[in-house]
This record gives sequence, structure tokens and C-alpha cells, in this order.
Amino acid sequence: MSAPNKQYDPVEVASLSPGEITRMRDEALAAVAAAGTLDELKAARLAHAGDRSPLRLANAEIGALPPGARAEAGKRIGTTMRAVSQALAARQQVLEEERDQRVLIEEAVDVTLPWDHRPPGARHPVTTVGERLADVFVSMGYEIAEGPEIEAEWYNFDALNIPPDHPAREMQDTLFVAGPDGGRSGMVLRTHTSPVQIRAMLTRPLPLYVVSPGRCYRNEAQDATHSPVFHQIECLAVDEGLTMADLRGAVQAFVDAMFGEGLRTRLRPDYFPFTEPSADVSMECHVCRGASTRPGGPACRVCRSQGWIELAGCGMVNPRVLIACGIDPDRYSGFAFGLGIERALMVRHGVTDIRDTLEGDVRFSRAFGVEA
Amino acid sequence: MRISLNWVLEVAGLDPDTDPAEVGRRLTAAGLEVESAEQVGHDIEGVVVAEVTAIEELTGFKKPVRYCQVSTGTGEPRGVICGAVNFSAGDRVPLAQPGARLPGGFEIGARKTYGHLSEGMICSAAELGLGDDHSGILVLPPDAPLGADFVQYAGLADHVLDIAVTPDRGYALSVRGVSRELATSYGVRFTDPAYADLPADVAAVSDQVHPASIGDPTACDRFVLREVHGFNPAAPTPLPMRVRLARSGMRNVSLAVDITNYLMLELGQPLHAFDGDRLSGPIVVRRAQPGEKLEALDHVVRELDPDDVVIADSSGAISMAGTMGGLSTEISDTSTDLVIEAAHFDSRAIARESRRHRLFSEASYRFERGVDRELPLPVTAKAVALLAELGGGTAVPGCTHAQVDVPQVTITMAVDYPDKVAGTVYGRDAVLRRLHDVGCEVSEASRPQEPEAASGTPPGRVVTGTGANRYQRPDHGKHDRSKQMLAVMPPSWRSDLRYPWDLAEEVIRLEGYENVPVRTPRAAAGRGLTERQRLRRTTGRSLAWSGYVEVLSMPFSSPAEFDRLLLPEDDPRRLAPVIANPLNDDEPLMRTMVLPGLLRVLLRNIGRGFTDVGLFETGRVFLQHRNGPRAAPILRTDRGPTVHEVATLEAALPEQPLHIAAVVTGERELDGWWGQGRPAGWQDAVEAARQVLRDNRVPFHIRAEQTPPWHPGRCAALFVQAEEGQEWLAGYAGELHPRVITAFGLPPRTSAMELDLSVIETAAAALGPVEAPAISPYPVATQDVALLVPESVPAAEVEDALVEGVEHSEYRGLLEGVRLFDVYTGEQAGPGRKSLAYTLRFRAPDRTLTAEEITAARDAAVEEAARRLGAALRGAS
Repeated sequence: MSAPNKQYDPVEVASLSPGEITRMRDEALAAVAAAGTLDELKAARLAHAGDRSPLRLANAEIGALPPGARAEAGKRIGTTMRAVSQALAARQQVLEEERDQRVLIEEAVDVTLPWDHRPPGARHPVTTVGERLADVFVSMGYEIAEGPEIEAEWYNFDALNIPPDHPAREMQDTLFVAGPDGGRSGMVLRTHTSPVQIRAMLTRPLPLYVVSPGRCYRNEAQDATHSPVFHQIECLAVDEGLTMADLRGAVQAFVDAMFGEGLRTRLRPDYFPFTEPSADVSMECHVCRGASTRPGGPACRVCRSQGWIELAGCGMVNPRVLIACGIDPDRYSGFAFGLGIERALMVRHGVTDIRDTLEGDVRFSRAFGVEA
Repeated sequence: MRISLNWVLEVAGLDPDTDPAEVGRRLTAAGLEVESAEQVGHDIEGVVVAEVTAIEELTGFKKPVRYCQVSTGTGEPRGVICGAVNFSAGDRVPLAQPGARLPGGFEIGARKTYGHLSEGMICSAAELGLGDDHSGILVLPPDAPLGADFVQYAGLADHVLDIAVTPDRGYALSVRGVSRELATSYGVRFTDPAYADLPADVAAVSDQVHPASIGDPTACDRFVLREVHGFNPAAPTPLPMRVRLARSGMRNVSLAVDITNYLMLELGQPLHAFDGDRLSGPIVVRRAQPGEKLEALDHVVRELDPDDVVIADSSGAISMAGTMGGLSTEISDTSTDLVIEAAHFDSRAIARESRRHRLFSEASYRFERGVDRELPLPVTAKAVALLAELGGGTAVPGCTHAQVDVPQVTITMAVDYPDKVAGTVYGRDAVLRRLHDVGCEVSEASRPQEPEAASGTPPGRVVTGTGANRYQRPDHGKHDRSKQMLAVMPPSWRSDLRYPWDLAEEVIRLEGYENVPVRTPRAAAGRGLTERQRLRRTTGRSLAWSGYVEVLSMPFSSPAEFDRLLLPEDDPRRLAPVIANPLNDDEPLMRTMVLPGLLRVLLRNIGRGFTDVGLFETGRVFLQHRNGPRAAPILRTDRGPTVHEVATLEAALPEQPLHIAAVVTGERELDGWWGQGRPAGWQDAVEAARQVLRDNRVPFHIRAEQTPPWHPGRCAALFVQAEEGQEWLAGYAGELHPRVITAFGLPPRTSAMELDLSVIETAAAALGPVEAPAISPYPVATQDVALLVPESVPAAEVEDALVEGVEHSEYRGLLEGVRLFDVYTGEQAGPGRKSLAYTLRFRAPDRTLTAEEITAARDAAVEEAARRLGAALRGAS
């Protein structure tokens, strides 16, 4: 490359003539326009805007012009170089876009292809529905209490006002734990979650609002609606001034949260030794909402066209139970209500055979996913 | 309990056309749940009363066949073929005429049979829906009106109510009890059938009647005998009585037995009839003597327990009291002198006796649930009157009456106590009315009673409970009517009413549960889920997201299963609690591990075509005390237990930790369009265990271990770090032992883990919240090192050495992470050695590390590995 020429030489400055510069510009622009690829454009840039391009070379000769002509020539060549540079940039952008478009199209894939390297996992609906049931109570301010499954008879029966030799003990066919030398152990596989009530009353401060989910056992044959191993959840509230009106309110709030608002609930007298008064809880069928009971109404599988679904048992805590737990029944009263988790599964999810919950078939759990 | 609606309506004093569905609703609302109201008799058509006018015995057939002429009073007699022989010419019988319809839609036509045209059928009781007696046709009394519609004549059109009576309401196991509730519900006046049509001298005793006494007043507090002489044992049971017995599912036995059953159904009092000629000496009610035996009516000879209550004469026990009579004094088809017994036995004694001998009868069922103590006198009076009237005998005047004084129960209750329970205001009048409906006698208590211990009080003492002092305001008691105390004497048939809350329930029930208001719950001050509860949910979700399916399995086990798991004889996991009455004799134990149940579920899934499966289960396991099972005491219930008492209970319970187990088999990653998959293996099981520990945020270590049921060379033990320096075993993971795999029939290489969540949760609970890291803005420097170590050195130990080498040097805190990225064994590593390649990431919190520092820190790491484990930098000589 030559150094700037400071000596006037008419021959050497011929390239700075207006006509010559216009020609160089036209050639450069034509070359840019003709570039069909980024590589061709790169060549055109080298040829027309590179260090050894005619314009650059001409620019180097400005010093050779008479001093009066230098400014005008400089201006002319500057304008031209800018125009070429702009054209290059514009062309570059167009070509890059074209290339990007092409590449993105070429790289397109079948996004519907599966990527199931691993068979899916799931949680068991007894777990997830149990959590959901518990959460309804937790949201009302209850705490979750737990207890053992092999339980002392005193917790499972006596403290719950189910004395020995009382037919109420026979309502729940019990699996007994063998004691020393094969004798009685005073322990059973708990037949319900109610002993957790006793444990809560003995260990927690009053007032008391707890909910206890858990596994229970009965010595009974397995069929579509009975299982010797099943799960219950029950709530217990012990506070000053609690009445059956509070119980009805809690039952209604529970049904609202679990099955949707606007379903009526109904209490009918029943018998549980640990509550008095006792009641069974039915709710209006959440599927047919009673339509199946009207003349000509469509049959309802869920409520067997009864309009009501039996859901739970409940009652006011029998003061004898409070006394057995050392709670002053003159000051405190309480209510309890509980239901089978499998029963809730049957009602809420249409499970028709309780055995499905204990067989462990992966299809059953998978249908419910991670949250039922 | 099944009972005739017609009968209930009649005793309740209600219209026989009362809507059965409404009756069902009302009884259910009163707490007597009507499970069904089955229509009976309505489907019988065309059966009429006819007389057999002539019988021709046909011969030449394998069984007796009669060709009978029967007349309905009008028109020509018809010819009917009949296979029964228990009737004679002149008897009146039910005739199903051609075109008749019998229960179940069975149509009768005229057909040719045995060489004759049979125009209809003479019916047996069973064919008319009256029990299962097919033995002969139903012979009607001679005054049955010829030609009358049989359904109308016999009152067959009825509904059978099936009522689920709860165990607290023994009084409702009778027409009397059900009718009383129904009358109350309909608001009609109720006349107690127990006391209707009784002679004035019902309580008169006589020494003409067989003598009896009560030997054990804890077993029986009333015992009544009456006698009938000259009874005709062949006398038939009147048709209406038979129909009602049949509606309750009772067989027609004989007039004497039918009468005792009928009165039991009507009034709830079990009765027994002895053959007077077979009694020897005075009767006594006592406990059985050791070794005493009795053959009961079911022809089973039982050895009696000294706790059993028996009725005995001088020959020994002749009846299991309240449960079943004895064979030796049973009435027979020749008994003419009958001794009728009714008694009031201790309900618990009968419950024990019946359960001890697995002998459950209509009588024991009622006695267990409480029978009216006042019934024996009137019911026996009714019994002998009926026996005399229908069986042609003579009732011996008077009775034998042994009894023990039992004080009247009086419950003191504040008049507004039911209001306080229900959360509404019933008012004094409603409370009094409802207590009267129940049968209580109510008076004003003279003064508020001092409260006594509310429980542990035997029935029969004056009981005062919560209601008495709860709302007691001595200052206001005389002025404020709402604070008045009531003295309530429950009726004799309601032995379940002992406390004020029992009375409150009666008031609330009869006023209607639907009238209890609904109060919106107040939010309680709960603290939400505990840390353990949160973590448990996280653990489950995490395994589910990793492709494991949660299942539940039956939590029972057996010694044979422990053998299949290769557990040594002294393995603590064999210390399983034993179930005294297991569901399945092959599985008499509670599980001590979750895993075996999970393996059974895995096999089931494989059998159903799911071969590439990961499963997990969370649940309790049960571990017996090492020195054998213990016994938990039964504490008293009339006060709260002491701390010591609770501790005794808890000490007896077996350990019941919560475990989580997972099992994986088949392809862990499936073949697909992406290429080959990867079989499940020990690594997956160990990683599942790691994942659980990570999710619980507890620091842990893994070491090789040998324990069944795992493969001895492929088993990892996982330890959580508890307090300073302490390690707790959390569980094991790895490939199952090949012999276990064979014993269970599992696919090869099936792998599994089982962890004790209770241990993990305890360690996690001690951790406190996560501490946020300081994020350094300075650049990272990575260094790769390949270390040659003996093949037996576990990678985890090499990694520990690298970490601790830096931590114990002046470069402490600079090592941000270590990652093993390659394991190489082969020629270049040399025999018996392996090469482990690690990336070390260094970063300082406050500066950019210099090349010298990085090298020196790396060297500190490697030197520690060299010192501890003989590791040599690969490529370095």
C-alpha cells in the first residue's frame, strides 16, 4: 500500500475525476446487488470497499490534488464510500435473513415425536385424595394428627366408650394382636382412626382441632365394597361451647370444599358409642343433584338414583370420652366426623370396586397421576 | 330385623293404609333405619279357600299321588292332582285356580298330569310365600269361608320392613318398640301392647308353679315361671300368627314354640318353654360349674365356662340362659305340661356366653342389647293365656317370681341442656313432651344435685352428670325457668338412657336433626402441615415424577416369606407381631418390611403385561420387642389416665416406623426412535434412595454392605448424618439377591430399596430451614484429575478424600463442586486398579483465583486421596 501522495500529479489524480468516481460507485453497487450469497458479498466487499479497492486507492491520492481541489474531491469520494458501505450493509442483512430462513426450515423436526424414555410414575389416589381431604380441614385451621396402626385396645375401644362385652365392639370385626405366650395382648389392629382422637386429647392443648387420616383394619371378607384393609379420615374439634350446629356447619363446609358448593347435606340418627348424639351424613348427589329421583328422571349410577349419597358418620363427642381423656365436660364439648377415604374415592372418582385400591395395578394409580 | 308393616301399624294405632314409604322415612329419621320395605303377598292372585270333597289315591307311581275333588262352594268341584298327603277329605285348603299367580310370577294353569286333568293346585305354605315349608299343603281351619280370596282371608298383602337397629336400642327389636317410635312420629297416642288385656293379678305368685330361685344376682335379676297343663301338642298355630312369624323369617315349629316366638317379636322378651315332665327339682339360675356340660337344642354338647350363666335343676344345667335351651328338657310333640320361662339376664354375661360358644340366637341378640326388665311377668301371663286358649290347656294360676331389687335410675338434667348440645332453643315444653314420648317420667328436681363421677357408676344408682352442674346457677335456679333441673326416670325398656346427654339425644332426635341449625365454622388457629408431613408429600411426588408408581399392598407377612427373603433366624426383621385371628392363615404376621408386599404387587403387574415398571409404597412396618410381645393394660375410663399409665400403654406397643420402599425392573429407559434403552439395575434403586434423602435435605453417606435380601456385592447401605458425628442407618438399596429373585419368581436383576422414613424425617426435622448460599461473582476454574486407585476402593471415599483434602488445607472453601465423569478399568489402568476421573470446580468468594492457587488447591485434594487410598494421578509417573 502506498502512503498518501502529497505531490500534485495530474496523471496520478485522474482516478479522482468525478466521472471516474461515479464509475467506481456504479461498479461497486452493481457488484453488491449481484451478490447472491454471503460469500459473494464478502468478495464484493473486498473488491469494492477493501483496502485495495479502487475507491480506497483513489482516496489515497487526494493529497496529490492541488490544495484547492482536495476538499471537493474528498467530499465526493466520502459520499461514494458511504453509499457503497450502506449498500453492503443492506445487502448483508437481506442475505443473512435469507440464510436464516433457509436454515430454520432445514432444521425443522417432527415435534410430535414421543420422548417417553421412562414409563410414567404416579401417586396412589388413596394418598392424594387423603391429602386433599386433609387439606380441606387444614384450611379450616385443623392440624393433622397421626397414630399407630397396632393400637392398645384401651385407645381403640374402652376410651371411646366401647366397653368390653358390648355389642358395639362386635360392630367392628377386629383383628387382634397375639400377646405373650399366645394370650391376649390388649392390642388390636385399629378398627378405625378414632383412637387418634384419644391420643390428640391426651397430648394436645385445648382447644383442639385435629384431622387424622390413616389405615384401618377389619376382620371381614373382601368384596367390591368392603376391604379388610382400608383408610379413614376423621376430624375432631374440642372447644368451649361447640354444638351440633357447629358440627353441621363443619360438615357443610367440608362437602362444599370437596364436592362443590350448593349441595345440601342431611344428618340422620345413627349410633356410635363415642358420640352422642350420633348421625350419619348424606349429601345431595353431586352428579344428578336429585334429578334421578324425579319421575322420568335419568338413572344415576353414583347415587343409585337415591338422590342422596351416604358419606360419613358424625356426632357430638360423648362426654364419657372427654372424661376418659381427663377433659372437663362441663367446660368443653366437641364434635367428630369421619369417612372412609376409599368411600370418598368411590363417590368422587367413580371407583366401583374397592379391591382396585389394594391390588397395586399400575393402571389404577397412573390414571390419577401425581395429584388426584 | 324383619317385621310386618301391618303388625307395626296395628300396634301403633295407625291406619293400615299408611304409605309404607313414608313410614320408612319417618322411622329412619327417628334413628331406626329402614333398609328396605319389601312388598309381599300383592303378587298372589286367584287363590281361594276350597274344601277337599273327595280323594282318590293313584297307584303305580314312584311317590304318592292324589287326585282330589275340591269345591269352592259354588259350581262343580274341580279335579286337582296333589303330591302331599297331610290332609283329608273335608279339610279346607288354599286352591290356586287355573289362571292364578303365585309369588315370583309363577302362573298356574290347567294341565294334564298322572292321567288326569289337574285344574289348579293345592298350595303349601312355601308356595304362598310363607316360609320354606314344602312338606305338606297348608290346611286351613274349618271355619275358613269357602270361596274367599285367600290373600284377603290370610292378610297376606303386607310389606316387610327390614330395619337396621343399632346396638344401643334393644327396645326397637320388637313391634312394640318400632310402633312406639312410629306413633310418636305421627303424633298419635300409643297404647303399650305389653300391658293390654292383662289380668289384674298378673304379679300373683303361687306355690303351684314350679319353684325357682336366683343363685347369682349378678347374672339375673328377674326370673318368672308359669305353667300350662293339659296342653294339646298337636294343636295348630293360627294362620294370622303363622303369617306374621313368616314375615319375620321365622319357621313354623309348633304352637308352643310359635307362641313364644310371636310374643318375643311383638314385645321383645325372649321366652323359653320347658317340658314340665322332664324337669327334676327346683330351678336355679347360676353360673356353670367347672367341667359342666350341656347339650343344647342344636344337638351340640358344650363344655361350659364358669362364667356362663345357666338355668339348672337338680339334674344340672338344663339351659344356657338367654342363649339356647337344653335338649333334655325340650318340649316335644308329646309334651302336655309346659313350664314357660321369662327372665332378665345381665346383658354382658349373655354377650360373653354367646360369643364364647359362638352361639348366636334371637334371644342372645336381644339380651345383649337390653331387654325390658318389667316384661317377664306380663309376657308370661300372655303366653300361658294364649297356650291355654289355642292349645286347649289350663293355665295354672299365679307364677313363680324370683327377683333382685334394682334401684330406679334417675337422671338429673338442666332443662336447657338439650339446647346447649344442639345449639338451638327447644324450650321447656318441647323437652318435657319429648321425654314423655320416650316414656320417661319427669319431675322437677327438688334441688340441684351434687355431681358425682359421671362414669363408672353402675346402672341403677342415681346418676348425675354433666348436665346437672354444667348449667347450674344456684342463685338463679329458682327464678329462671330455663335453668330448672329435671329429675328424669327413664322407662324400663330404655336401659341405654343413663346420662343427661342420652336424654339430650332423644330430644334432638325426636325434634328432628333437620331442625338443628347450621353454624358457619370459625377458623381454628392451626399451624398447617408439620415439616414431616410436608416432606412426606414431597418424597411421594418426587418418586412419582421419576417414573415410580405408588401402590398399596397388603401389610401382612409370614415366616415362609422371611425365608424367601433369606433373613437369618436371628434377623430382627423376623420379630413380627402375630395376629391372633389372621385374615389368612398363610399370613399370620404383620409386615416388618414394605418390600415383600411390593414384590408381590410387582409380580401381579408383570403378570398383567407391565414388565418395565418402577413401584413404590409408603407405609408402616411393625417390629416386635426383642424379648417377645408385651401386653397393654386396659385402663379405667372414669378419669383421664396418668402419665405413667399412658407410658405403660405405649411401652407395650410394637415399634411402628414409617418405611418407603421402591422396586424397579425391566427397562428403566425404553428403546425408542432415539435408540437403545437401558435396563433397570442396582444404580436405579440406589438413586431412588438418594433421591428420597436429597428430597428430605438430609446429609448422607453410602457404603457397600451385605444384607439380605440384597445381592451381597450390589447392596448399598445409606446412612443419614444426625447430630455431630452421629450416623443413623436409613436403609438399603441395590440389586436383589439372585436367590431371592428366584424364590419370588422375579425377573433377573430386579432391584429395590427400602428406607426408614421415620429416621430420615427425624434427622430432617432437626435441620431447620435451608441456609441461602453466598453467590460469588468471580469466575470458576475447573481442573480435571484422573486418579488410579485399587479396584476395591469405593468412589464415594475417593470423593470424600478430595473434598476433605481441600477443606483441611489453606484453600478451604474454594472447592465449589466435585463430579465424577469417568470410570475406566482396563489395560492402561493396570491389573486390579481403576481410573476415576473427576472435575474439580474452584471458585473464591472474593477474588479471581490465580493459576498457582488453583494448582495448589487441586494438589491438596489429590494428595489427600493419595494419602488415604493410595490414589495416584494418572499420567504422572
